[in-house]
Amino acid sequence: MRNKIIYVLGTIAALIVARNVYVISGLPGEEAQGAIFKIIFFHVPLAITALTCGTVACAASILYLVKKELKYDAVAVAVTEVGLAFLAGNLITGSIWARIIWGVWWAWDVRLTSALVCWILYASYLMIRHAVEEPTQRANLAAVVSIFAFIDVPIVYLSIRLFRTQHPGPVFFSSTGSFPHDWSMIMMWNLFAMFMLGSVLIMIRLRQEETQRELDSLRRLAHAF
Amino acid sequence: MGFARQVFVIAAKDLRAEIRTKEAINASAAFALVILLLFSFAFDLDPDTNREIASGLLWLVFAFAGTLLLNRSFVRELPNDCLDALVAAPIPSSALFLGKSLANYVLLLAIEFLSLIVFGIFYNVRWTSQFAQLMLVLALGTWALTIMGTIFSALTVNIRLREVMLPILIYPFLVPALMSAIQLTLDLMAGKPIGPEKVAWLQMLLGFDVIYTAVTVFLVENVLVG
Repeated sequence: MRNKIIYVLGTIAALIVARNVYVISGLPGEEAQGAIFKIIFFHVPLAITALTCGTVACAASILYLVKKELKYDAVAVAVTEVGLAFLAGNLITGSIWARIIWGVWWAWDVRLTSALVCWILYASYLMIRHAVEEPTQRANLAAVVSIFAFIDVPIVYLSIRLFRTQHPGPVFFSSTGSFPHDWSMIMMWNLFAMFMLGSVLIMIRLRQEETQRELDSLRRLAHAF
Repeated sequence: MGFARQVFVIAAKDLRAEIRTKEAINASAAFALVILLLFSFAFDLDPDTNREIASGLLWLVFAFAGTLLLNRSFVRELPNDCLDALVAAPIPSSALFLGKSLANYVLLLAIEFLSLIVFGIFYNVRWTSQFAQLMLVLALGTWALTIMGTIFSALTVNIRLREVMLPILIYPFLVPALMSAIQLTLDLMAGKPIGPEKVAWLQMLLGFDVIYTAVTVFLVENVLVG
């Protein structure tokens, strides 16, 4: 049953992404930036999905520390890994965009730097998981690191914002924005597609974690005899 | 025994052990000197450049030498299962953690003073002109280093590759604190007091200290006891 849900959701996500790519490729280029501007339809949804993953990871980590049930730890690691992949996508699309518009692959501006620090923080979360063998201890330490990382992200953002920035501000929902309404709709559709894709990946990853836990307990049982 | 007394007992024990063996503080001080020496080759040195790079250089030295010192904080308790005894002792984990942090704070400040003196001589920079404000920044920045270093020292004490893990883990977390400290020290090294445009950095540093002290004290039980 669960496999079927994953397949169905995965197919729907793939279809929506295909449809979005078709629609986006048909759009005219933006006035000042030309075709490269269309990367925004992936760049921004990737960032929002990654941020959502970070928030869910923090919530799952807190739940683990309160209830001490390993299923919350499994959620935290699944969500963090998928979020990290999406954030990497966000950094790569941003880098490509920057190369065309600013002429450099990388600028030490507030959002780029924050996103990079954020990526390193959550990568260190995965590193510490790899370094601990015992599942309960691993879950405990990882949960604490995840909460630390979540707190650090806004502080990093604020601190880097104290420097001057060259990244353009948000163009949606703000009074100064000039994003056409139907483009916003496409953006929303792609955000939805990224969320679907993320959810499917998280579900697959969760199933892996469960299988891993079963294997661990079987192994312990075998050692007991 | 009150909480403050428990913290003090742990801190005194750690300081006594460190002063008798001197293993962490010697390594850390020697490392700080070596980095100060190496940096002199990395940059073209003249008095103006020295003042410009001084704050960044100093805080990197503090951060590097600090991890050496902080790494030992919990590792020291591993032989003879001292850590288990400490955790089993009738004191809260937060008292154990704060006691160790306090001892590390004192040791790290000592290393930093030594580095500052050596730096002043080698690089010919007068750092004493804004002494009081520099001490404030040093106190706040060092506390940020100490609190993060001590919690991650506790976190990594029982895991594989702990010597490698500690620096990898703490530097990204310390980005806001180190940035604030570097920005504030920049003016102080040039002999200027902290101006109104730099107050935001001071708030940032103070905020980092307060937030992370609160969160670590709250979560340390999970790290030490599980």
